Amino acid sequence: MHHVVLESWSRQNSALHARDPRVKIVLLAAYLAALGTAARMPALTTLCYAAPLAAAAGMARLPARALLLRTAVVLPFSATFAAFSMMAGDAGRGEALLAKSYLSAAAVLVVTATTPLPKLLWGFEALGFPRFLILVVQFLYRYLFVISGQAQHMRLAARCRGSASGRLGFRRAAGAIAVLFARSYARAEGIHDAMLARGAAGQIRLLAGARAGGRDFAFLAFGIAVIAAVRIWSL
Amino acid sequence: MEPLIEVRGLRFRYEDGTPALEGVDFRLLPGETVALLGANGSGKTTFVHHLNGLLTGEGFLSVCGLQVEKKNLPEIRRKIGLVFQDSDEQLFMPSVLEDVAFGPLNLGLTPEQAEAEAKKALAEVGMEHAAARAPYHLSAGEKKRVALAGILAMRPAILVLDEPTTFLDPPAQRDLANLLRRLPQAKIVVTHHIGFARALASRAVFFEKGRIVREGGVDEIAREFGWNPEFSPRVPADGRRED
Repeated sequence: MHHVVLESWSRQNSALHARDPRVKIVLLAAYLAALGTAARMPALTTLCYAAPLAAAAGMARLPARALLLRTAVVLPFSATFAAFSMMAGDAGRGEALLAKSYLSAAAVLVVTATTPLPKLLWGFEALGFPRFLILVVQFLYRYLFVISGQAQHMRLAARCRGSASGRLGFRRAAGAIAVLFARSYARAEGIHDAMLARGAAGQIRLLAGARAGGRDFAFLAFGIAVIAAVRIWSL
Repeated sequence: MEPLIEVRGLRFRYEDGTPALEGVDFRLLPGETVALLGANGSGKTTFVHHLNGLLTGEGFLSVCGLQVEKKNLPEIRRKIGLVFQDSDEQLFMPSVLEDVAFGPLNLGLTPEQAEAEAKKALAEVGMEHAAARAPYHLSAGEKKRVALAGILAMRPAILVLDEPTTFLDPPAQRDLANLLRRLPQAKIVVTHHIGFARALASRAVFFEKGRIVREGGVDEIAREFGWNPEFSPRVPADGRRED
């Protein structure tokens, strides 16, 4: 499963994994802003924007092929719109759309693959993101594993009772989703009870997060300098 | 001796009108461990959910001298720790340490104090090495230990364990029983596992149709209600039954 792979990548050890999550979020935002404001993306510019990501992925020892394949998940969407641009006679815009969407996804993937989700969410919260939103994402991610596990059990059970190659008809698939929803609802009630039993009163308090050190600040400064250099060069 | 838990005439019906508890009387004394036995749907879990106010029925309930009512719930939930049957419901935070610290933070401890309490509780259950791990990466036995640590970190006077052996293999069941025996708190153990109940409990009560119908030693009750663990009669290889 996609989230299991990302989770295992994010728990490795490397200089990039060790950096403060806030620094990585700020650099990601800077990178996306620089990329988003670039007008055209000829091949050389695309390579210049790709280079820092390749360096970061190498530094974190992320598997290149798997990373490239996972990033390609955005292509069906962006390629559709790129095709429209190209058909409308603006090939440059289409290319830029493809390159920007792919590089943006790669940048997000590098950050999420080098930062365990709890730390990443803590980083977002420390940077002022709404706590409620953070909590929703946190719970969603936590129970994604449980619900996907339940879905797999249901699929196995269906196959054990003769469902051919795991393919379900529309009605049976709808029924399975309804059961999954009901189970998720029951699970949510159980979680709520467990929270109440441990004294929850509508607010989730968290332990203190990391503290940024000299290496984090140096990494931030270096990262901003690289992104600024690429952006200025591509003007 | 003043009981830690006293329940008199507890009755409860679910919203659809299904009767779940039909006048339960129960006492738990300091230091004792009581096994709650009974068939599925006999009211055991419904009963323990009343002890810390997750469900509210009619009748008298007191925990550590405090009547179970809304205004006392924060204090009661500090005193009575409920370990759920399904650890996945209890382990909702993204890391083991965060999860164990959840209760202490709710008690008003500072993050530093809560972290110290959480680490101490993890050490008590032998899971200190897993502090940074995500709960969904743990085995069933490890999850149960972490769930227990989450309760111990709140330093409760009473532990309530709902089907603690569910999903655990025999070595993990034995380890859990050994761990629980070392803990000084009074305990209520809801279980179908007679061996586990025997290893921990000084007495047992038997639930049937929302009532406690019998109280006594674990073996005595197991014998009386046919809850001994042997599967009999044995069917030999030739297919003929041994009577």
